[in-house]
Amino acid sequence: MLTAVYVMLFLALLLGVLLGYSALKFKVDGDPLVARIDAILPQTQCGQCGFPGCKPYATAIAAGEADINQCPPGGNAGARALADLMGVEYKPLNAEHGLPNPKSVALIDEATCIGCTLCIQACPVDAILGAAKHMHTIIASECTGCELCLAPCPVDCITMEPIAESPDNWKWRYPVFDIKSVGQVGNLQAGTRH
Amino acid sequence: MSSLLNIVKQSFGLGAVAVSGGVHPPEHKHESTTQAVGQLPLPHQLTLPLRQHVGNLPKVLVKLGDYVLKGQLLAEAEGNISAAIHAPSSGTITSIEDALIPHPSGLPDRCITIALDGKDEWIAHAPIDWRKLETEQDKSKLLEGLRSSGIVGLGGAAFPTQVKLRTNAKSSVDTLVLNAAECEPYITCDDMLMRERADQILKGLEIAQHLLGAKQCLIGIEDNKPEAAEAMRHACANSPLSKLVPLKVVVVPTQYPSGDARQLIRLLTGIEVPADKRSTDVGLQCFNVATVLALHRYFDFGEPSISRIVTITGNVQKPANYEVLFGTSVADLVQAGGGALADTDGYIMGGPMMGFNLPSVSVPITKASNCVIASAPNLFPSAPPAMPCIRCARCADVCPVSLQPQELYWFAKSSNLEKARDYNLFDCIECGCCTYACPSNIPLVQYYRFAKSEIIAQDRAKEAANLARERNEFRLMRIDREKQERAEKHAQKAAGAKAEAAKTEATSATEAPEDVAMAAKKAAIAAAIERAKAQKAAAVPQNVVDAIPSVQAEIAEIDARREAAKQSVTDAIATNDAQEEK
Amino acid sequence: MVQNYILLFIGAALVNNIVLVKILGLCPFMGVSKKLEASVAMAMATAFVLTIGSGTSYFISEYLLGTDLFYLRTVSFIVVIAGVVQFTEMWMEKNSPVLYQVLGIYLPLITTNCAVLGIPLLNVQNKHNLFESLIFGFGGAVGFSLVLILFASMRERLEAADVPAVFQGAAIAMVTGGLMSLAFMGFAGLVR
Repeated sequence: MLTAVYVMLFLALLLGVLLGYSALKFKVDGDPLVARIDAILPQTQCGQCGFPGCKPYATAIAAGEADINQCPPGGNAGARALADLMGVEYKPLNAEHGLPNPKSVALIDEATCIGCTLCIQACPVDAILGAAKHMHTIIASECTGCELCLAPCPVDCITMEPIAESPDNWKWRYPVFDIKSVGQVGNLQAGTRH
Repeated sequence: MSSLLNIVKQSFGLGAVAVSGGVHPPEHKHESTTQAVGQLPLPHQLTLPLRQHVGNLPKVLVKLGDYVLKGQLLAEAEGNISAAIHAPSSGTITSIEDALIPHPSGLPDRCITIALDGKDEWIAHAPIDWRKLETEQDKSKLLEGLRSSGIVGLGGAAFPTQVKLRTNAKSSVDTLVLNAAECEPYITCDDMLMRERADQILKGLEIAQHLLGAKQCLIGIEDNKPEAAEAMRHACANSPLSKLVPLKVVVVPTQYPSGDARQLIRLLTGIEVPADKRSTDVGLQCFNVATVLALHRYFDFGEPSISRIVTITGNVQKPANYEVLFGTSVADLVQAGGGALADTDGYIMGGPMMGFNLPSVSVPITKASNCVIASAPNLFPSAPPAMPCIRCARCADVCPVSLQPQELYWFAKSSNLEKARDYNLFDCIECGCCTYACPSNIPLVQYYRFAKSEIIAQDRAKEAANLARERNEFRLMRIDREKQERAEKHAQKAAGAKAEAAKTEATSATEAPEDVAMAAKKAAIAAAIERAKAQKAAAVPQNVVDAIPSVQAEIAEIDARREAAKQSVTDAIATNDAQEEK
Repeated sequence: MVQNYILLFIGAALVNNIVLVKILGLCPFMGVSKKLEASVAMAMATAFVLTIGSGTSYFISEYLLGTDLFYLRTVSFIVVIAGVVQFTEMWMEKNSPVLYQVLGIYLPLITTNCAVLGIPLLNVQNKHNLFESLIFGFGGAVGFSLVLILFASMRERLEAADVPAVFQGAAIAMVTGGLMSLAFMGFAGLVR
């Protein structure tokens, strides 16, 4: 009886020592999970998820404080990628946090701008060029379409312009075929999207 | 199975090096080779899209209303990979705006339209002596000149030629390959070019060889072009180039797509360029025959790239080849071909394998347009409905790049883009052999194109997101830094004020200590208030002090608007309060 | 002599494949096989744990427990296996955090993998010596890896295929697993 106890004790101690030593040797500092979640997020920095930017939202997801379906610019595809990464069930976007809009950039109406710099302070990626009492303008290539500059403007001179399709950014469409019912014979196979 | 046998045969040194895979669609070339290359009458206007090549858009140099001469520079190349655009004939610029272009999307793009005056007056010609190539500076001057020549690959890829003629220590060219294969059915522009202007092509080849320092030149031509091959052999025999380096015309068996650069290189030299490398990394460079002819016209005659030979064929009265100025409307070309027959239901630009449907017949001919086919239900019947994949692997048998089209199809169909990329989707040359061979009539290339453009769009979005992340992080750091600097300044000022207070305390030590401390504190506070007021009064933005009068006037205007806005706000509040009081 | 060991190896890997013939270790077989990289990582992790586990279990059962304390066998095996799995987890988290994230919860679940406990118990049952235990463990691991990778490849193809709605997901995976099992039964009689 006692030998059994001694044997188990011995095993436990041995394993304990080994594991303790490896725990020290293989110590991992920092949390790469946050960086990996952040890499999936679209970096619009719009705050629609309820957090002041994409990195805080990523930290919250990693800590389990936020759900994966709170990011409208990421769309359902983003929620799916997050679900894959976190190993949880996919959930469609939570409409409480807004719905995805078509990609747009902000545009300042120069006739109305008064040069107050409020929008410059609001832009999370410093995409607005200007100074006090000078004309402000949006650097279109840097604008993420977060719409944070619309609210602070005291004269409402900023609008969102959807990015138009041009031969430069045109994408080939998914091949779709018309399904024609041929009387009783039934439908011929068509390409359907999963 | 046949490809397996081929591999076994090749490993024993038996069997010809053939295009792996490939198909033999009916050629339909004899229809358009019955007459010599014709000249189109001068049209009324020319519409030149800015996007006629791979790379950056050129910068427009002319304005509305400018009168331009034939060959005048309209837009200069911008950036490393770009090409210039020249006026193909003399006239006046009537518009620089979006117009319909030959693009599968059917979307308009920026074009320069010239209303021709019919005089067809040339700009002063300036031939360049390309033989003088002693120093590196000579070479870079020549390539600089090529940048403004507008010459791009005229085989359909439209890659700016000056980039292909650059050499550096890493990529030297031993073998120069001339692509005269023209493997796609219906297209005969290169065939006719070779029959009529073989000498000029060889002169252009001399220039290319000289610039690249190639040690041998090979001309690859398919065996369905015996007259052209004979003409080229004759020209080679007479060319001074044949005395400089080995120069050979190699006839390859007719098979689609032997005209693809890597396929042709493999046919001529047996070298298979690795998928992740360019042909220059293995010492080879490949040019189309029309491109080297353009080199000859540019260097020896000073003529920039302003026209090309285009085949008009298919459902037209008289299929033929014509020398067409860039910007000529396809409708004019169809007219020259005798007009389309009654049952024409559309036009294809390019060949039947890799071409695309034109959105309308009033699009211009560009540098990449080698052929226009008028389609009719009897020539190009509409595709039967796609049926399920039966995994016959016929597509894998015919793929010239040895890909797995059926896997790519499955992944593209279920939008599994990561796996599609892993299976080398971007090595697909979209030749259409797999679609041609599929017994279930699945439009395979459409799926690959969809997957490719989705992946490219996703990659672009990812890059933009990375950039936005960096900018955001920098902004947060900048705000932190400003806060710290402000805190430091405060600390310094506070230390300064404390020192002052301590001094006053020390000097008036005779008075009651409490009163003294109170007085000192009050003085410090009063001083701080004074300072703040002074700062606010003196707060003039530094960058407007030296502004020019017009800017100052603008600033005054904006200030007025701001005051008005402020006033209206205070008025609104006042009226609001007044109303509430009532 | 060597022939015996080869036959033992082939027997453990193919003929008596732990997943498809003995039907042990189905949890990671079904759970991790949706993606090929995860399956490869899981296969390597399980192979490591199995081999080490077989070796240490032999020492424990032979020298530590002897014949009197046979009742402690299962408990001590589990304790050792848990320790080895924990070590593997820590190593993986440090050296390839990507794979660690990809495997997720299935990495610590190797502890409860019945194949990982089953192989040492079978070693004792068949009275293998040290070398035979190691070969049996390693062979079982190779068989497990083979089947896992094959199954994952097939599941990836099934993702893109036109599976009828009622069969999509786990159902078609089970059917495939069953068919694979039938196929592996064909190895019976390979080793006479």
